[in-house]
This record gives sequence, C-alpha cells and structure tokens, in this order.
Amino acid sequence: MRHGKYRFIIGFLAVPVALYAVLVISPFVQDFQISLTDWSGLTPEKHYIGFDNYQKIIHNNLFWKALWHNILMLLIVPIVTLALGLFFAFMLNVGGRRKGSASVAGVRGAGFYKIVYFFPQVLSVTVIAVLWQQIYNPDPDDGLLNSLLGHVGLTSLQQSWLGDPSIALACIMAVMVWANVGFYVVLFSAGMASIPAEIYEAVLLDGANRITTFFRITLPLLRDTVATGWVYMGIIAMDGFAFVQLMSVNNGGPNEVTDVVPLLLYKTAFRDNSQYGMAAAMGVAMLIVTLVFAVLTLRLSRRERIEF
Amino acid sequence: MTAETVDSTPGPAPQGSPPKPAPDAAAKHRWRGEGIVLNVFSHGFLWVWTLMVGVPLLWALWSSFKTSGDILAHPWSLPTHPHFDSWSRAWTKAHMGRYFINTVIVVGFSTAGTMLFGSMAAYVLARFEFFGNRFIYFLFVGGMAFPVVMVLVPLFFVTKNLGILNTLPGLILVYIAYSLPFTVFFMTSFFRTLPTSVAEAALVDGASHTRTFFQIMVPMAKPGIISIGIFNILGQWNQYLLPLVLNQGNTDKWVLTQGLADLAVQQGYQGDWSGLFAGLSIAMLPVLAVYVIFQRQVQAGLTAGAVK
Repeated sequence: MRHGKYRFIIGFLAVPVALYAVLVISPFVQDFQISLTDWSGLTPEKHYIGFDNYQKIIHNNLFWKALWHNILMLLIVPIVTLALGLFFAFMLNVGGRRKGSASVAGVRGAGFYKIVYFFPQVLSVTVIAVLWQQIYNPDPDDGLLNSLLGHVGLTSLQQSWLGDPSIALACIMAVMVWANVGFYVVLFSAGMASIPAEIYEAVLLDGANRITTFFRITLPLLRDTVATGWVYMGIIAMDGFAFVQLMSVNNGGPNEVTDVVPLLLYKTAFRDNSQYGMAAAMGVAMLIVTLVFAVLTLRLSRRERIEF
Repeated sequence: MTAETVDSTPGPAPQGSPPKPAPDAAAKHRWRGEGIVLNVFSHGFLWVWTLMVGVPLLWALWSSFKTSGDILAHPWSLPTHPHFDSWSRAWTKAHMGRYFINTVIVVGFSTAGTMLFGSMAAYVLARFEFFGNRFIYFLFVGGMAFPVVMVLVPLFFVTKNLGILNTLPGLILVYIAYSLPFTVFFMTSFFRTLPTSVAEAALVDGASHTRTFFQIMVPMAKPGIISIGIFNILGQWNQYLLPLVLNQGNTDKWVLTQGLADLAVQQGYQGDWSGLFAGLSIAMLPVLAVYVIFQRQVQAGLTAGAVK
C-alpha cells in the first residue's frame, strides 16, 4: 500500500514537474547566468564579464526612459482602471430604482451591461491593439476618432494620436484602461453583491447619502478585492509589451516616448546584434522591479480583514 | 410601496406648517428622490461606456463588409452593398484560415494538457503527505510572480536545443509549462475543499489511486476544472509574446495573433483595409460568440483567481 502510494505520487508528478523544470525553472536560472556574460549574436562564445551588463544598463538612458514609462503605467493605468471599475460597479449595483422596501437596487439590464463591458477581456491584446491603431489613424477622414471629431465640429482636436510624442504614451495607456475596465466591473460587482443589504439599510437610517455610503461602506468592505485587482493591474502595467509593440510608431516611438522595458529587452535580444547578455540582465532588473512592487503592495494592503 | 406608505403617514406636526416626518422616513424619502435622479444618471454613464466598448467592435465588423475605398472615404457609414470578398481574401490570401486552424490545434492540445497535468500535480500536492510536497508546491506557485518576458533569451535557446523551436508541439509544451503555476495553485485549493470520504471509500473497495483520481475525483472537481479550463483557453488563444519569439519561422505554423499583427503591417503597404477588418473579425467573432454563449462560466472562470 505504501509502496503503491509513492509510485502513484511519482507517477503523477513526473511529467508536470519535468515540463516545468525544463521550460520554466531552467530558463529562469540560466537568465542570471547569461546576464553575467558578453554573449551576443556577434560573439557566440560566452565570456563571463561580471556585472558589466548591469553597469551598462545603469548608464543607459534608454533603459531608464523605458523603465520610467513602465512606472508611469504602473501608477496611472491601475488607478484609472480600478476607479472606473468601482464607479460602474457601484452604478450597476446601487444605481437602480428601488422596488418595494429594498434600500438599494441594481439597475435594470445589469446583466447586459456586464456582458458588453467584459468583451475586451476575452479579446486578445493583438485584436485590441490593431483595432485601436485604426481608430487612432491620424488621417482626418480615415481615422475613426479624427473623423468623429470632424463630424461634431471639433476639428481643432484632431491629432496624429500615436505620432505625437506628447500624447502617444497617454493614448496607449487609454487603450490599456479600455481593455481592462470590464473585468473589474464584473469583479467588483460580485464583491458588492455579497455585501449584505442590512448594512445599507442601517446607514440609510443614519441619514448617509450614496457618496458617503460608497466611501465609508462599500470601499472598505471591498478592500481585499481592490488590493488583488491592484496586483493584477500592476502585472499588466509592468508588461505593456504587446500594446506598445503593436500600436506605437517604430516599436516604442516616436523618439522612444512609448518604449517599455519588455519591448527594449525584446529588441536588445532579437534585433540589435542580439545582445543576449544585456537582455538577460534587463530581465533580472525587471524581476527586481516586479518584486519591489509586489512587496510594496502586500505591505500597503496588509490590514485586518473585515468579516461579513 | 413601503416608502409611499411612510410618506403619507401624517406626522405629529400641527396643520399649516409643513409636515415633519420621522427621521428614518425623511432619510428614505431623500434616498428615493435621489434614487430617481441617480437612476437616470447611472444609466447615462453606463450607456456611455457600453457605446465606447461596442462601437469600435461593431465598426471593425461592418467595415469588413465595405470596400477599402469606402472605408477611407466614409469611415462611419454603414456598408451599402455588403461585400464578402474581403473575408475570403483574408481567409485564403492572408492565410487567416490556416492561422485559425493552427491556433485551434495548439490551444486544444495545450489546454487539455494543462488541465490533465495541472490537475494531476494539484491532486497529489493537495491530498498526499510526502517529503518535498511543500517545496514542489511553492516552486509551482512562485512561477506566478515572475514576468515571462524575463526568460525570453534562455527559453529561446532551451527550445532550440530541444529541437522544438518553431514547431507547434514546442509551442504546446511551452504553453502547458507556463500555465501550470496558476492551474496548480487553483486546483490544489479546489481539491482541498472536496470531501475525502468518497475517495477513501473507493480505495477501501480496492480501486487504485489512479482509478480513484480519474473516476471519482475528476468528476467531483468538474466545476473547478471548467473554470480554469476557460481561463487557460482564453489566455492561450490570446498569447502573443511566446509565439512571436518561439514560432517566428515558417508562416505555415503561425497562430492567429501573429497573423493578425502581420496583416496590420502588410495592410500599411497594400492599402487593403477591408481585408484587415475582415481579419480582425475572424480573430474576434469566434471568441465573442463562445463568450456570449458561456458568459456566466467565462466571467466566473476569469474572475475566479481574484475572488478567492
């Protein structure tokens, strides 16, 4: 029996652990090793050069620029996305006309709104990015956005959206928000629906209005869900690869104003002379930034749980 | 109903001066008035976002039925005579048909593999005590925290050395390996919530551990397997970075996301806008259709990780 148990355990774990070890863990470990070499497409022999690659990264303006764009995304995209998600979820759950004695009610058609809002979530980033590239088309007659502005008489607002260095990054971040709001509406809606109606009943009797209710009741009770959402959004913002690679002019342009670290890593590894060592070092730098973000988030969100 | 009765209840105030309802009635009354305003207000906002999500998607769809000249001249107009030739152009000449089939093959095998190996590992880790159990569990779960882009360089060479670079089986194995962390994490906690008595009874009756797993535990774990299955199907269907790096060879082997990104670049040279929108629709419609049919399960599956 015991013998059978161990044979079973090994039999069940062998394939998944082997796959995981070869394709995930071993590349992960090798990345540190490669980051200490001068390996590139031009020098196929690996030579250990210590921390030279890291030194070069620290003095590389492009890297800091790209990292700054990731940090901007990390600060702005989650805040806007989560705020819109909370706003729409609150509207869905509390904005309805009350029936009978219920103190709060969901709006009619909440199910319909949620289905539509969730659409971008099931589409690939590729579809979304290519679609928005067409919407942002700079031509005043061809681009959906520019032609819309023309139709309503706001020709002065027509822009070369992705071609203007001062707004290109903002335009890409707007698409990231557009793509992710629906997920949080559904997520927060589920959270709000589980808040007992008696709590709303009680604050209503105490004379609170809906804005107070939102900030004093709904938000604190959803704290854990919002914190989880923050981590998820942070991971998306730290990446941004597909959005920028597909939408931006010249892969991170114009003038590198939209470049992000994952795209810089990709270009370093598979374009510019295939500087594998340098790209690996950028990978390690990304890991460090991600871990710092994760630790900070966990620190900030740690608080007593409210049971309800 | 109740609110109206409360409203009409004569207060203790004397005739002539405005009636002074009890404080709770006043609060309810205020909420009610506020509620009607809020209802209009919330439907207004909810509709704005519905249009923001829906219009771009519909625009892509209806543009695919127009001619390229028509799209450029009148981006907002509905197609006068629906043209289906852009669809056949995208399907055959732009090879979207082939990419579609490749994607179905890759995602079919990789999701099946992920669920099989992920559930097997999760079951053993959830239900059996053995030396190294915690270590293996955290090895898997730790994989959720690091960015995939970090390991691009070593992963490229690992798959190259294994001879699976630029092959569909290679892509399938990589998808499985990188989907394991979340699958194992989720399924482990799912198997822990299932009662142990049924499996024990089966073992006492002489069923082997393997048989107990496939005939007793898997059917019991069906809700969890469906949720995470949907999560993996969508994640792998929409994957862009991994095929971009690991499947850059022969275009015969490309998946839909690669094909679409390429189509967007090609269209810039050829001016085949309607072909691009047809390609977008081919990539978009099947996913949206499946989502609308299974929307409850999809919403539950995608938010499962965060709600836990």
